[in-house]
Amino acid sequence: METNLTQIHEVIEHHGTNREALVEILRDLSQQAGYLTPEALETVAAQLNLPAGEVHSVASFYSMINTRPCGEHVIRFCEDAPCHVAGGRAVWQALEQTLGIKFGETTPDNQWTLLPTSCLGLCAVGPVMMIDNDVYGNLTPEKIPEILARYTGGDA
Amino acid sequence: MIRARVLVSGDPLSLAHGAEAVKLTLETELAYYGLEQEIAVEYMGQTGREDVLPLVTVYPEGTLYGPVRPEDVPYLVEEHLYKGRVVSHLLAPPDFLPGKLAHLPGRKGAVYAQQRVVLRRAGSIDPQSIEEYIADDGYFALANAITTMTPAEVLQTVKDSGLQGRGGAGFPTGLKWSFVATRPEQTKYIVCNADESEPGTFKDRLILEGDPHAILEGMALAGYATGAQEGWIYIRGEYTQSKERVEKAIRQAEELGLLGDHIMESDFSFHIHVHAGAGAYICGEETALLESLEGKRGIPRIRPPYPTVSGFRGQPTVVNNVETLANVAPIIFHGAAWFRSLGTEKCPGTKVYTMLGDVNITGLVEVPMGTTLREIIEVYGGGMKDGKTFKCAQTGGSSGSMIPPSMLDIPLDYSSLQASLGSGALLICAEDTCVVDLAYVLMRFFQVESCGKCTPCRIGTLRMVEILDRLSQGQGSAEDIVALEEIAEHVRDGSFCGLGQAAPVAILTGLRHFREEFEAHVQGRCPADVCPMQPRPVAEAVSHDYLGF
Repeated sequence: METNLTQIHEVIEHHGTNREALVEILRDLSQQAGYLTPEALETVAAQLNLPAGEVHSVASFYSMINTRPCGEHVIRFCEDAPCHVAGGRAVWQALEQTLGIKFGETTPDNQWTLLPTSCLGLCAVGPVMMIDNDVYGNLTPEKIPEILARYTGGDA
Repeated sequence: MIRARVLVSGDPLSLAHGAEAVKLTLETELAYYGLEQEIAVEYMGQTGREDVLPLVTVYPEGTLYGPVRPEDVPYLVEEHLYKGRVVSHLLAPPDFLPGKLAHLPGRKGAVYAQQRVVLRRAGSIDPQSIEEYIADDGYFALANAITTMTPAEVLQTVKDSGLQGRGGAGFPTGLKWSFVATRPEQTKYIVCNADESEPGTFKDRLILEGDPHAILEGMALAGYATGAQEGWIYIRGEYTQSKERVEKAIRQAEELGLLGDHIMESDFSFHIHVHAGAGAYICGEETALLESLEGKRGIPRIRPPYPTVSGFRGQPTVVNNVETLANVAPIIFHGAAWFRSLGTEKCPGTKVYTMLGDVNITGLVEVPMGTTLREIIEVYGGGMKDGKTFKCAQTGGSSGSMIPPSMLDIPLDYSSLQASLGSGALLICAEDTCVVDLAYVLMRFFQVESCGKCTPCRIGTLRMVEILDRLSQGQGSAEDIVALEEIAEHVRDGSFCGLGQAAPVAILTGLRHFREEFEAHVQGRCPADVCPMQPRPVAEAVSHDYLGF
């Protein structure tokens, strides 16, 4: 899904055209649309009266602002030390094997994008991942296929 | 007349486990027995207990049930709330009671006495109710300060208390405030650093979600003491629930005239705004945070000038961590001497730790400064998991030190040079953890999160990741260890900001205490049997920039 002009106007209306709102505008747009196209960034730049390069540089800095297309569901897997010590590597490998893609990639059918994330603050139940806005903790490699199947109606 | 209170854990993880259905069923069942006027059902915030969610607590008894499923609720209501009998088969296992729930007087042998200042209310009041906060002495300190104390007296009390910044550096809070208070500028700001992203740390989330008004009150007191009229809370972008709770708390306080113009009809006005981040570890560094707050890339500023002179919008700014601000109202309420009675002489007060890894009880614990790591593990962590042996602790999140068994009895506080407290994360590792593997994971984190502004950090972290990767594949040489140590020292000494300066601490302390384990990897052996110790097939080569997405 790409950003459309109405969305951009609505988000800017909400946050205002003050430069200080730029990070929040881009984050909200990215979350609504999945990712931001170069055209969307340029529209935001024009509205806020900023150089397009400036807006690009801010967008590319933050991990919650996507500037590349991604799949319908985004998996964010925590790979920081507490989850790693709790057995994260095996779960990570299970994710890559089940989906047939590596971290940073999207499945050919555009269903899944697999991303690493830094600490989600749920370390007491690590390893942890987020699928879209749902959180899963105490993961084991065995649980992965079943969890993924919830999103695809059983054919993951 | 409410005779009992049923609290359902309402944190994101509990909601994912069906807490909402549990709460709805509770309400339906209570109505069925006609108890809705005498028993209140509410959400509570983070409890620090994440193994038995959703958690249901019944007060005043302090009975703890969990995990509770919606289908358990009818029986629970009939037995406990209607007939008054505890449903033993639904009780949360007492062995794992972490003591994060504020008061459970009725249970024997379950909760060890923690000294709680910051987490005093978390889990015992409805964080979304300003009335409950006020009923528990909330906003009393602010009212007292505005009506009976001068700003200078408030400042002096915080100075006398010896409170130090709880974000990691341990800078004296009163001193920081006085830098701003003495500035001649008319416009000043109080910024709350709630960009908690140190791996293994979630104490600020618990405070924000469990007791948001405490932060607002602390910020208003900071504003009164320093002459600031505006406060900003920079909340980590991932913490959506924290943001919603804080925003609601601000609206409630404004409606009652406890925030806004002419607070309690005085001349003091203070407004608080919330700003959410967008995912960048570096924004926890205070000058990077200010850049981000101004809508820019979160890249650290050159210092001096420090934020106390030229901070947000170029004006004098106090930047305080969430936990620091949560200590302020209790200090004004009870006085500096009371605060000094807790903790150690050099570091008064308490510290909130997040305890993780190979211990029986993981979660949050608040103990006085100066408590030893051994006591924290044995008493609050319930000992090592599965009878394993303690090997090392990674303290203070990724940027902290690796602590060997010989240092278990060192009192933990900000004056201890050997163990960096940092954000308060304690990752406890047993003998089956490989130090090289752990160092690799920690360093990869910094390599990804380095903002790229300065060369030592940008290049140095990548070189260290490469060396550690080689060691874990059994391809390292003795020169690699020498180079690793040298690069680590350069990155520590030559980096622009705290991120780079702290990044190699784990490696340097790891080399100091576990050098033989690094050397074993050079000889082709991983003593803990964790590392692959063979070259990866080319097809599976790890790209070190996959996070560039």
